[in-house]
Amino acid sequence: MKSAVIVFPGINRERDMARTLKLVSGQAPAMLWHADTELPAGTDLVVIPGGFSYGDYLRCGAIAARSPIMNAVRDFAAKGGLVLGVCNGFQIICEAGLLPGVLMRNQNLRFICRDVYLRVERSDTAFTRGYNAGQVIRVPVAHGEGNYIADSETIAKLEGEGRVLFRYSSPDGLIDPNWNHNGAINGIAGILNGRGNVLGMMPHPENHVETAMGCTEGRGLFAGLAEHLGRAA
Amino acid sequence: MSVSAAPAIGSALLGTREKRLTMKARVTVTLKSGVLDPQGKAIEGALRSLGVDGVASVRQGKVFDIELEGGDKARAEAALKEAADKLLANTVIENYRIEVMG
Repeated sequence: MKSAVIVFPGINRERDMARTLKLVSGQAPAMLWHADTELPAGTDLVVIPGGFSYGDYLRCGAIAARSPIMNAVRDFAAKGGLVLGVCNGFQIICEAGLLPGVLMRNQNLRFICRDVYLRVERSDTAFTRGYNAGQVIRVPVAHGEGNYIADSETIAKLEGEGRVLFRYSSPDGLIDPNWNHNGAINGIAGILNGRGNVLGMMPHPENHVETAMGCTEGRGLFAGLAEHLGRAA
Repeated sequence: MSVSAAPAIGSALLGTREKRLTMKARVTVTLKSGVLDPQGKAIEGALRSLGVDGVASVRQGKVFDIELEGGDKARAEAALKEAADKLLANTVIENYRIEVMG
């Protein structure tokens, strides 16, 4: 698995992500700067990590989405390359137009930093093959703007095409407003693009991958990706 | 020497001013109706608790004061529209209004 992590000014989760990618795939990712214009040859996974690119100025992810490297990421995605955006990375790929919708201020206006439960809706994608459909995983969130919204037509399309991969749920997998921490429509925590090669999600699976972290339920996402790319290669 | 230098500086300044003709403009970005605005709601609640009477609702937006080079109003409007579409507003959830003040 030859991965690349994009680093924007103000991003702070790139090392967590790099550590996880190396741990799961055995190969350290290339670290790319926002001003770079090309991905290394042979890259098969691009990850946009979490943090606060450009201090969240203007709108979360807005400025990062328009930086030079994003043209290369867009071309890579258009050719079918796998792109994963986590937290600020999700906000960035929405602002870049790679995924529909917007992440608004959390409904309770608070920054939410805690473990949440996610129901994995499908297991037949490159990103979720390490899980079973309906499985509940515990992973942390840390965001102030994770309240996903889109127009009703887009939501109907996402739901109709099975493109909601993760939903905030109870530990038993119930979708309930009490477990929907940020107020996202339909409890949406992560969505896939139409082609199935771009995933954006607010929670941080990269922070639950080792026993020392107290939980390893985020590992399936990376293990699944490594397996998928191993087979493809 | 200082007497002869003074007019030269004056004309140089004038020259700069002529070249840098600018216009002032304002782009106002507001949330589309129907989009929930938790920040506006919080401000609304704070105004109520301050005892400010008669506030029916609050929606929060953004204002960009922009200085443009040149004096061509149509060109300025086109540039501002491009700026708003490409960056200042996220048209999924926001509307914008452009005013060129001249």
